[in-house]
Amino acid sequence: MSGTATGNAAATGAAATLTYVQALNEALREEMERDPTVFVMGEDIAVWGGGGVFGVTKGLLEAFGPERVRDTPISEAGFTGVGLGAALTGMRPVVEYMYADFMMVAMDQIANQAAKIRYQFGGKARVPLVLRTQEGAGRGNGPQHSQSLEAWFCHIPGLKVAIPSTPADAKGLLKTAIRDDNPVVFLEHKLLYGKKGEIPAGEHLVPFGKANVLREGRHVTVVGIHVLNDMALEAADILAAEGIELEVVDPRTLVPYDRETVAASIRKTGRLIVAHQAPERAGIAAELIQCAIEDAFDYLDAPPVRLCAANMPVPYAKSLEDAAMPQVADIVAAARRLMSGSSVVGTRS
Amino acid sequence: MADEKRTARAQKDGTEKKSKATKKDGSRHADADRSTDTVSAEGKAEARRHSVEKAETRAKATAKRKGLRKLTGLDRDGLLGMLERMMLIREFEEQCANLYRAGRIRGVTHTYQGQEAVAVGTCTALRIDDYITSTHRGHAHVIAKGGEVDLMMAELMGKATGYCKGRGGSMHIADMTRGILGANGIVGGGMGIAVGAALSSKMLGRDTVAVCFFGDGAMNQGILHEVSNMAAVWNLPVVFLVENNLYGMSACLEDAMACPELDLAKRADAYGMPGVTCDGMDVVDVYLAAKEAVERARGGGGPSYVVCDTYRFLGHHVGDPLSYRDKSEVEPWRALDPIPRLGRQLVADKLATQAEVDAVDAATRAAIARALAFAEASPDPDPSNLTEDVFA
Ligand SMILES: Cc1ncc(C[n+]2csc(CCOP(=O)(O)OP(=O)(O)O)c2C)c(N)n1
Ligand SMILES: [Mg+2]
Repeated sequence: MSGTATGNAAATGAAATLTYVQALNEALREEMERDPTVFVMGEDIAVWGGGGVFGVTKGLLEAFGPERVRDTPISEAGFTGVGLGAALTGMRPVVEYMYADFMMVAMDQIANQAAKIRYQFGGKARVPLVLRTQEGAGRGNGPQHSQSLEAWFCHIPGLKVAIPSTPADAKGLLKTAIRDDNPVVFLEHKLLYGKKGEIPAGEHLVPFGKANVLREGRHVTVVGIHVLNDMALEAADILAAEGIELEVVDPRTLVPYDRETVAASIRKTGRLIVAHQAPERAGIAAELIQCAIEDAFDYLDAPPVRLCAANMPVPYAKSLEDAAMPQVADIVAAARRLMSGSSVVGTRS
Repeated sequence: MADEKRTARAQKDGTEKKSKATKKDGSRHADADRSTDTVSAEGKAEARRHSVEKAETRAKATAKRKGLRKLTGLDRDGLLGMLERMMLIREFEEQCANLYRAGRIRGVTHTYQGQEAVAVGTCTALRIDDYITSTHRGHAHVIAKGGEVDLMMAELMGKATGYCKGRGGSMHIADMTRGILGANGIVGGGMGIAVGAALSSKMLGRDTVAVCFFGDGAMNQGILHEVSNMAAVWNLPVVFLVENNLYGMSACLEDAMACPELDLAKRADAYGMPGVTCDGMDVVDVYLAAKEAVERARGGGGPSYVVCDTYRFLGHHVGDPLSYRDKSEVEPWRALDPIPRLGRQLVADKLATQAEVDAVDAATRAAIARALAFAEASPDPDPSNLTEDVFA
């Protein structure tokens, strides 16, 4: 099976177990081999530790040289604009921000420039630009290094937004992002880099706008972002012992968003939880729940629930950070509440 | 007056001549390999050698310096106070690194060993009501400005008694009672704030000054251009204090910075501001340069740049594998350690005995041990007040 990917220089990988960070690295390598206009650029991605503070770009400098693996000065606004200009004129830049929080320094170039150009130029320009970063809480990085900012980008028409939560998706979505002719904000999660998973053999592309059902179940649909998917799977194991089945749906991309897969799940379960580490207020959960209401209102047996971070900056101390973020226990409790009164767990209060 | 002295010193130590010698063709750096946009390894090694030789020449020129009281205008307590603050910072950072390695500090933490003269020399030129903005490498600025090590240590350990009640950690320590407007997790994040503090000083008719600390790497953030220009146009009492330790994480100056002869003070020229470079491994030299800049600002003479040439002995953060920096580079800098250097000068100048210097050292170690004990004994923040101080 793994030997069938002939005729495509990039698609040499055999099925393998890789970490999320290795999968991203493989995607970059394959796309850089395949297309000489692809290049990577960002702070400390070439020289530091042999390739990036998280190791995503490890070994790329040796493989592709400093022209295509560019360490930048600490100039987020500048190198975003430079990436955009290069994208407009024939290159396919993959720009890295060390932390999603640092993208805020570059928001003009992202929101006012990159997102708008194709439309406002009458459709006559292409912007094949990937803006990669990692976000999220859980490591005690404090208020300016732990934000989850996906809703910001989703709110700007003209940006696609990917949120891989497995190694296979990390690879497949990144390859798709690089081949896309429009700007893609590619949000990784800092706690996922060491996560292991099976990567399919050969050319592995994951299309945008196609959700992934990570676990099937009959009672409650959980749509999770990043680590909340893993927490939902853990919660599902706990709840299975009580006869409550969770169906865990990973949207994979938020723009475009696969409304149909989620709606189909709700038609089966009648209950919905949406969970993420971004704050609740104006978080993407609100949008996804509204989609569910529009698409499957008649099937909902209870008001949908969102499990998000508290509306506050992400605190440093572990006791506070844990309390501010949704946890497995919150999913378990919410699912039980949604199920109370149902015949499956009729006696639970 | 001090300015003339410094210029004279700079000329005597021959730094100008040397730096020109490495830039034969007037390009950003003579060894730039234009086909890759990066500097060759030999080019970097030479630049590194040049930097440390420059520092060594300066150190030699000032080693026998006498009359520190007259030179600085500080009394014995003031001079010993600088030694004490530097020692306090060194010991704080050593313990911080130990705590981090022991898993008692979360996230990342950046320490300051080697650069102590910069924070202490600068803050000694400030009053308690003057302002500073700090960086990710901010512990030293807080200590130098008079911050309390107990509250700092507790913050690092995420305790309820910490400066920020455990909410901020290493990169966000602030003390509004001492004009410390915060360390910062965002490179360049404090630059606008410092200029804003200078603006309020002017608008409120106060004579307070703001010092904006930042690194060589941070000089490439666009906001620095914007606020330097505003500070100059509005003639604000702010000092842009550059800690040039030759690296921003793994990016060495040669690769990241376009500046004639890598003379960072030249950036001030673009705004018509004075810009001076001083010996960032010598607390006295930093003090003199900072004092002049601060007095100018306080007197209505406007903003300026002070560049301190220095070096971080250790990694960017605790746990940095340091793969981008040759080990051999560090030893010559360690020989210029600003702490024993001031100690020796105080003894040579008969302002203190070696025993007195040692006693200061012992006292600072004891103070940090107390801070550690305080932090250890402090409670974790109570999550039942999770959203206290969240106002919107
Ligand atoms: C906006 C932003 N970009 C990147 C970083 C990551 N970062 C933290 S410190 C640092 C290097 C700063 O270098 P410099 O200003 O020279 O200060 P030094 O660390 O040498 O003291 C980088 C890139 C950050 N914290 N914020
Ligand atoms: Mg630096």
